[in-house]
Amino acid sequence: MLVIRRSLVDAMVTHARADHPDEACGVIAGPDGSDRPERFVPMVNSARSPTFYEFDSGDLLRLYRDMDDRDEVPVVIYHSHTATEAYPSRTDVSYASEPAAHYVLISTRETGTEDGPYELRSYRIVDGAVTEEEVRFLAG
Amino acid sequence: MSVEVRVPTILRTYTAGEKVVAADGASLEAVIQDLDVNYPGIADRLLDESGLRRFVNVYLNDEDVRFLDGLKTPIADADSITILPAVAGG
Repeated sequence: MLVIRRSLVDAMVTHARADHPDEACGVIAGPDGSDRPERFVPMVNSARSPTFYEFDSGDLLRLYRDMDDRDEVPVVIYHSHTATEAYPSRTDVSYASEPAAHYVLISTRETGTEDGPYELRSYRIVDGAVTEEEVRFLAG
Repeated sequence: MSVEVRVPTILRTYTAGEKVVAADGASLEAVIQDLDVNYPGIADRLLDESGLRRFVNVYLNDEDVRFLDGLKTPIADADSITILPAVAGG
C-alpha cells in the first residue's frame, strides 16, 4: 500500500496537467527504509513525447547523488499517460528497475490540462510482474 | 587502474548487496570485464551485442560515457564510475 500526503498527490497531478499532452515524470524521495514519500522532485521528460518518457541522463545522475547525500531513496516514481489508462504499459514494465518503489501512474486523458476528474493508481513492478496496490491519502 | 564502481540497487544481487565495489581496467570495457570476473553475470546486464544497453547509463565521474568514448572510454586511477538504469517508460 502507498500512503501519501494529499499535497504530494496534487503536485503530481498539477505536473501531469501542465505537461499534457506530453508525458510528465518525476520522483518523490523519502528517507531510506521509511517507505514514506516526502520530497517532490519533478523531472524533465527528455523524450518530450505523448507516448514515452525518460529522465535526462545528467539530471538522473544529479538526482541519485542528491538522494544518496540525504540518505533517501525514490519512494515514488511517477509518470502520466495522456491518452490511455493509468496502467503500466509494456515498456513501463520492461524498464522498471526500482523493485522497492511505488510506480504511480496518472492519466490525463479525460481532462487534459484542465481541472476535473483524473485517474491515479499505484503499482509495484518486480521482475516484470505488475501488482496494483491501494493508495491511502493523508491530510496535509 | 583501480576504480570504484557505484552499483544500482537492481544489480546489487550480483555484488552481495555492496553499493560500491572496486574494479580494474584501462578502459570501461576492461572494467566491465573485470567486474564480471568477480560478479559473474553482471556484464550481461550492462551489455548487449551492440554494446552498452540503451537503457543503462554509465557515468565516468560526472559524464555519461555516451558523450565520451562509450566502452572505449579510457579510465584513470581513482576515477569513479556510476551505473544507473534509465528511468523511462511509455
